[in-house]
Amino acid sequence: MSVLVYTENWDGSFKKLSCELISFAVKLAEEMQTDVAALSIGNVEAEELEKLGQYGVKRILTAQNGELSQFDPQTYAKAITQVADKEQASLIVMADNNTGKALAPRLSVRMKAAVASGVSHMPDTLSPFVIKTKTFSGNAFAVTELPTDVKILTIAQNSFDLKKNPAEVTVEDAGIDTSGLRPKAAVKEVEKQTDKLLLTDAEIVVSAGRGMKTPENWGPIEELASLLNGATACSRPVSDEGWRPHEEHTGQTGKIIAPNVYFAIGISGATQHLAGVSGSKYIIAINNDKEAPIFDAAQYGIVGDASRILPRLVDALKKAKSA
Amino acid sequence: MNILVCISHVPDTTTKIKFAENNTRLDTTGIQWVINPWDELSLTRALELKEKSGSGVQKVSVAHVGPSSAEPTIRKALAIGADDAYRVDVEALDSYQVAAQLAEIVKAGSFDMILCGIESSDYNGSNVGGMLAEFLDYVSVSGISHLDIEGGEILVTRELDGGREKLVVPSPFVGIVQKGIAKEPRIAAMRGIMMARKKPVHLVDATEAGPLTRVKEFEPPQPRPACKFVDPENPEQLVELLQNEAKVI
Ligand SMILES: Cc1cc2nc3c(=O)[nH]c(=O)nc-3n(C[C@H](O)[C@H](O)[C@H](O)COP(=O)(O)OP(=O)(O)OC[C@H]3O[C@@H](n4cnc5c(N)ncnc54)[C@H](O)[C@@H]3O)c2cc1C
Ligand SMILES: Nc1ncnc2c1ncn2[C@@H]1O[C@H](COP(=O)(O)O)[C@@H](O)[C@H]1O
Repeated sequence: MSVLVYTENWDGSFKKLSCELISFAVKLAEEMQTDVAALSIGNVEAEELEKLGQYGVKRILTAQNGELSQFDPQTYAKAITQVADKEQASLIVMADNNTGKALAPRLSVRMKAAVASGVSHMPDTLSPFVIKTKTFSGNAFAVTELPTDVKILTIAQNSFDLKKNPAEVTVEDAGIDTSGLRPKAAVKEVEKQTDKLLLTDAEIVVSAGRGMKTPENWGPIEELASLLNGATACSRPVSDEGWRPHEEHTGQTGKIIAPNVYFAIGISGATQHLAGVSGSKYIIAINNDKEAPIFDAAQYGIVGDASRILPRLVDALKKAKSA
Repeated sequence: MNILVCISHVPDTTTKIKFAENNTRLDTTGIQWVINPWDELSLTRALELKEKSGSGVQKVSVAHVGPSSAEPTIRKALAIGADDAYRVDVEALDSYQVAAQLAEIVKAGSFDMILCGIESSDYNGSNVGGMLAEFLDYVSVSGISHLDIEGGEILVTRELDGGREKLVVPSPFVGIVQKGIAKEPRIAAMRGIMMARKKPVHLVDATEAGPLTRVKEFEPPQPRPACKFVDPENPEQLVELLQNEAKVI
């Protein structure tokens, strides 16, 4: 019995999300009175691996096999299963992001392990293992029992606080037998966004909707985002109209994000929009209609014309930052 | 080349979600059921490919796991343009059970491409496509925002956290689709609705594969505290609240 955390790296470095996974797993393993190991696939420098140790993991298993240099859910599921079996893992933890969503279901079938997706709470009970999962686009939780010997959890971003808990780490080779593990799909082209803060990574997101009237009015939205080290986002009609790039569209049919702070400016707060952002810790709404449904989801709100309020907000922030 | 599109049928997102029997079941009264938006888009793209000359797509089928109450959803898919449908006559209990049932349809048929949505807006949670691929030991690509067939090659674009990748995939494979796969879902025309009546819906018996999870009850999320309003003449106060009360900036 042990807990295995799959920590993904991005070009050799870990994101905050990987550290959240470790914090979560260390806490859970403590309750289960068992050990945690992290699995890292790909080339990561020792110094970067030790970062994970800051959050309490003592063993890190690494796999730098060439066959695994291309992310392929089919081969990765086989590789991770080998490690989980060897470790006798009873719990496998990964992120509820593109990678985790691609891997967890394959692992589930391979290991006959029940999955809880989008976990944002500690389990209700350990035996039987009962945990809340997000359902109906964030409109409810399903209190779900995972009765299988091995269980898989995918963890929603920004749900668990980082907890410093420095430990001495040992790094071992995961010992994966890669014979026969060759991806069958061939990558032809890769396009990476490296310069820009990703919407899915941002702690603060400044999002705007049709209430902005024209794409020329986005200046203060971008300024606000850059003052707050945040990312910009938008509602669907805004990206449909081509006012903003498609990557920025949040909601049921766009990106699902859970930042610390989500500014919704000139956004009505339709259920399909909220489905993508209801996991945000704080929602701040600026809208000239005091009946707009966005105010039901918001903690802070201003009823008024965004074109008048934004410049003053930008000024106030600049002042606060220089103070 | 034959394409199978897996469709789930979900409450329209604007319907209010309520629960019955001590929050153990979804209260289905008054729910407007629709094809899961992703599946509608996958079906649209599959039909576009069938119409594209030289794509080699001969047939587009749809599959659903669920009781007869989903018949209208299946007929709608046929009216939009699918050639035939499969329905496994069993209540869908979790993604593992659904994927196990779908795997039997795939094994008994001859499909080169199987499409699933990235997420159904009910309770399964982005799992069916990947599970189906593993049951079949097929290649899976998730997060597909573009799908094409050119010169006999299947080309997909996969969205990554921070970028995208273009891949050539072998067939058979399972594609898990997201935003971008088609612009607007196709709607059924009168002619399609008439033709749908004559198209076959193959009824499939369930295998014994059961669920791996059990939902004990549903819990509405904690209500958020009421919104605190800031005077529009004094937006500076918002900065002050975010700094000193919420402590988030
Ligand atoms: C199947 C389906 C899926 C969908 N998926 C998504 C999705 O993923 N994401 C998404 O966003 N939408 C989605 N939608 C669309 C959704 O229903 C709404 O239509 C959309 O979110 C509305 O965008 P909006 O709030 O920007 O625009 P509007 O609804 O037009 O709202 C504009 C708001 O701006 C306010 N306003 C106007 N002028 C000002 C001003 N000067 N200052 C301040 N406020 C002002 C108005 O009071 C209003 O509340 C989906 C719809 C369907 C049917
Ligand atoms: N009952 C079902 N019958 C057929 N396909 C389904 C069913 N449930 C889910 N799917 C497919 O799996 C995708 C992802 O659903 P889920 O894993 O439930 O989030 C959906 O978009 C469908 O393509």
